[in-house]
Parts: sequence; C-alpha cells; structure tokens
Amino acid sequence: MKSRLVASLGLALVLLFGISAHAQAADKVKAVASFSILGDMVRQVGGDRVDVTTLVGPDGDAHVYEPTPADAKNLAASAILFTNGLGFEGWMDRLEKSSGFTGKVVVASTGVKPRTMVEEEGAKEETITDPHAWQSLANGKLYVANIRDGLIAVDPAGKAVYEANAAKYLDEIAKEEEAVKAALAKLPEARKKIITSHDAFGYFGAAYELEIIAPEGVSTESEASAQDVAKIIRQIKAENIPAVFMENITDYRLLDQIASETGAKIGGELYTDALSPADGPAPTYLDMFRHNIETLTAALSA
Amino acid sequence: MIDALTQPFIEFSFMRRALVGCLALSLGAPPIGVFLMLRRMSLMGDAMSHAILPGVAIGYLLAGLSLFAMSFGGFAAGLAVALAAGLVARSTVLREDASLAAFYLVSLALGVLIVSARGSNIDLLHVLFGTVLALDDAALILVASIATISLAVLAVIYRPLVLECFDPQFLRSASALSSPTHFTFLVLVVLNLVSGFQALGTLMAVGIMLLPAVAARFWAEDVSGLIVSAVGCAFAASLTGLLVSYYWSVPTGPAIILIAGIFYLVSILVGVKGGLLWGLLPRRHLEA
Repeated sequence: MKSRLVASLGLALVLLFGISAHAQAADKVKAVASFSILGDMVRQVGGDRVDVTTLVGPDGDAHVYEPTPADAKNLAASAILFTNGLGFEGWMDRLEKSSGFTGKVVVASTGVKPRTMVEEEGAKEETITDPHAWQSLANGKLYVANIRDGLIAVDPAGKAVYEANAAKYLDEIAKEEEAVKAALAKLPEARKKIITSHDAFGYFGAAYELEIIAPEGVSTESEASAQDVAKIIRQIKAENIPAVFMENITDYRLLDQIASETGAKIGGELYTDALSPADGPAPTYLDMFRHNIETLTAALSA
Repeated sequence: MIDALTQPFIEFSFMRRALVGCLALSLGAPPIGVFLMLRRMSLMGDAMSHAILPGVAIGYLLAGLSLFAMSFGGFAAGLAVALAAGLVARSTVLREDASLAAFYLVSLALGVLIVSARGSNIDLLHVLFGTVLALDDAALILVASIATISLAVLAVIYRPLVLECFDPQFLRSASALSSPTHFTFLVLVVLNLVSGFQALGTLMAVGIMLLPAVAARFWAEDVSGLIVSAVGCAFAASLTGLLVSYYWSVPTGPAIILIAGIFYLVSILVGVKGGLLWGLLPRRHLEA
C-alpha cells in the first residue's frame, strides 16, 4: 500500500516537471504586453531586439481575463511590462504582485486625455473612465512614444533602433489617420451613427465625429437592462440609424435581436479590444483600423 | 396603470419574446423544482448547472454558436454526470450527493479548460449562455418544446414519482418502477436546466426552477397544490421582473430572480401553510 502511494506520487511529480521545461530565446529584451493590440505596437517599435509575449491573445476579452500560471512565469522573467491603464486590465495588479515582477512598468496610455462617461446604474449615476483610448490614432501615437521611451529605458543600447522603428511607425499611423478621416468625411452627415454591443468606440467616435450608441457599458462585464434595450430601439427608430455592428469579443445575440426588431441592418464585425489571429482580417493595430473603416463605410454609405 | 403594464410589451417585440420565453420556462421548470425540494435535492440544480459546462463548451467549439449543438452537448454532459454520480452511489460507499459534488467539479473544471484551450477567453457565461433579452426564434422553440415534453413526461411518471418522494421503500418493494422513475426524473432536471441556460442564462435556469417551488411550500400541502402555486409564483415573478427591469433599468435575469426571492421571503412571513406571522397570531388571540 505504502509503496503504491510512493510510486503514484513519483509519477505525478515526473508529469508535473516534465511539462515545465522549455527553451528560451537568449539576449533579446523580454517584454510582456497585456493585450493583443498593445502587443502588436510593442512588436512594431521593438522589432528584432524585443521578444514580446501577449497575455490576452487574439479575440480575447481583456476586461474579464483570468491570468494563468504561465502568464505569471512570463511576467517574472521579463524586463518590461506594457499595460493600457485607465482601468482596462483590472486583474493586472494582482498578477504583477503574485508573479514577483521587478521590471519596469509602462502604462501605454500615459498622456492620453481620458474620456469619462456618466453611466446610469438604475437611479444613481456613476462616472466611469473609458479605457479604449487606442481606438483613436492620435492616442495611438502617444502609445508608441511611451513604448519607445520605455524600451530605451530598459535597453539603452538599442536606442537608435527603437527611435528609427518608432519614427517609421508613427509615420504609418499618421498616414492611416489621414485615410480614416478622408474615408469618414465622405459619409453623409445623417448616417454617421452606429450601434455597437459594448461601449468601445468612445475615443473613435470623438476623434472621427461618429455617434456611437452601445447597450452594454464600457466594460463587457455589465448586463443590459430591458430599459437600455428599449431606449436603443426607440433611438434607432427615431433617428433612422442605418446599421448595428458586432464586435469580435462580445455576444452578438442581443444585437441580432435589436437589428431584427428595428430593421437596422447588421453592418459586420468590428475589432475593438483585441486583434484577430494572424490569418484573420485584423492581425495588427493598423490592419484593425483598415478593417473597421472598410466595414463602417461599406455599411454606412450604402 | 394597465397601460403601464402592457405598453412595453405592445411596443417592443423583444419584451414579448422575453415574456413568452419566461412563461414557457415557468411552466416547465417549477414543477421539477417542487419534486427536487420534496426529495431534498434542492442543491442538485446548482451542481448540475456547472456540470453541463463542458458539453456546452464542446458544442460551442465544434459548431460555434449553434443553439442545437450547445444544448445537445450540455444535455449529454449533464446526463453523464447525473448517471455517473448515481452509478457510483449505488456501487460504492460514497453517497449520491458526495459523488455528484465530485463529478460536477471535475466537469466544471473540464469545461473551463476546454474553453481556455482555444486561446480565446471571451467571458464564458456571456457567450455560452443566453440572456433574457436576446431570445431568437430557435431559443423560443427550444424552451417551449422542453416545457411541453417536461410536463407530458411528468404526467406519465407522476404517481410513482410522488410515491418515491414520500415512501421510497414502499415503491422499491412494490414495483420495479423505482429506478426508471428516478432516472427519467434526472433527465427532466437536466433537460429543463439546459433549456433555461441556453435561452435565459445560468441564474434564470436554476432560480426559476427552485425559488417558486420553495415559496410554494408555504401556500399548499399536497403535491398538485404545490405545483400550481409554484407555477403561479414563477409567472408572477417573470412578469414583474421584466417590468421592473424595464422601468427601473436593472438587468433582467437578476430582476426576475430577485422578485421570486421576494415572493419567497413574503411567503415565509404570511404563507397560509406555516407562515411565521400566522404562527404568532393565534397566541396573541389567546392572551386577549
């Protein structure tokens, strides 16, 4: 009986340690980014000098992520951590503490002018900071500058590389911003209204003059009430809002229902809080904008 | 006043759908809850709600957001857990509640693992389970069909089931129907939970099954009376909850369940069968 116990314990240990060994890429700066959009930006600025791990992967919802032990391990082994801030990754503080991370933390949204919004919770009103700052390309430039400065601080030897990469990337972002403004300027004023499932396009709407209405709040955690849905349906009918849009990270059934009740058409899927996998339509930050703009203009100009 | 009660349902089809879905669920699930309560298995509903997760997750991974695949998966997983627990209880020293706890925990962990394995981590409960306000045709048909099947089957096994509740030894000695009745009943439990989850969300499924049943205990003594009052209570909670959610802007599922909870608390106090207030009154009467 005893020997059987020892044998099975031994077997369990072998299994546990067998899977934990793995190789690591040497002499690159190890960086961790909290979600896929930020991960892509760090990759663009860091280039070959930086090895980026992304915690919440493609199509994942960073509002409600549950970190894994592998995340803690990656974080502990890395020199620099990039987060969005503005209350986006509520789980990050605990992960940072429990992993024993001692590197530099860069809050990518530093310098962004935060949008606050008043959210009605029954009778009381609550002011909430909207974390989705990356949805404006002007903010994206601030993100890139913060990432560049962070990388230079932990890897001064690569200063020239980071500055060159960042300059090139900032240029691309500026070009994309022109393209976005040009594309949206063509839309008739009356059609610049859209419905999305959770409130992720606040910065986008403010920057590019589009009115955004969403049944869920800024976090995907909240649940819509019958009144919220009724208000939106009335609004769609009253203002003739042409289209509703799905997001890659949230449940589409509610929007489906709203669309079928109002006759608004379903404009397609927008990428808001996460990129698509590499073979999808939005594998990078800039591709995400291209895809979203294409989807928006196709649905709104028709 | 009447206008305020009917206006939301006249103006919005999503409110009508929500009402119909909730009423269908209120017809099927509370009678099951009554029998769960009588058999002291009230907590089983909650355990089973976790047990169906891996099946729903596998259905989701294989077929995407297909109501049929996810419901079928959930049904299969729930049934497997219920049967495995029953089997272990009958062939080992472990009691049924202990083995059920073990199996549902394994099943729940498996479900979380399966969904995480895909790399994506959309909030499970939001995607795998429905919400009251987003009932489409398929979900309505599913809920209504399951309510129909559930009531019909319940009518067929009604007599042995009542016997099993009150005198299981007698049923076992007098008839071979004991085990088939038990397992048919388990199937009904799983079926109703799956229907509730898919259409209306976790909270709704277990809540609308049990709370009205427990509240009914204070209004009736015989089984048919219990069933009728439980269904009535579920109807009232559904309608009131939807209206509360509409006028006070609170999430719908929790609103309906909280209203059912209030009915339960009120029943504890003023229920005609053993309500606390009635227990106080006669004594005062005697003193006077």
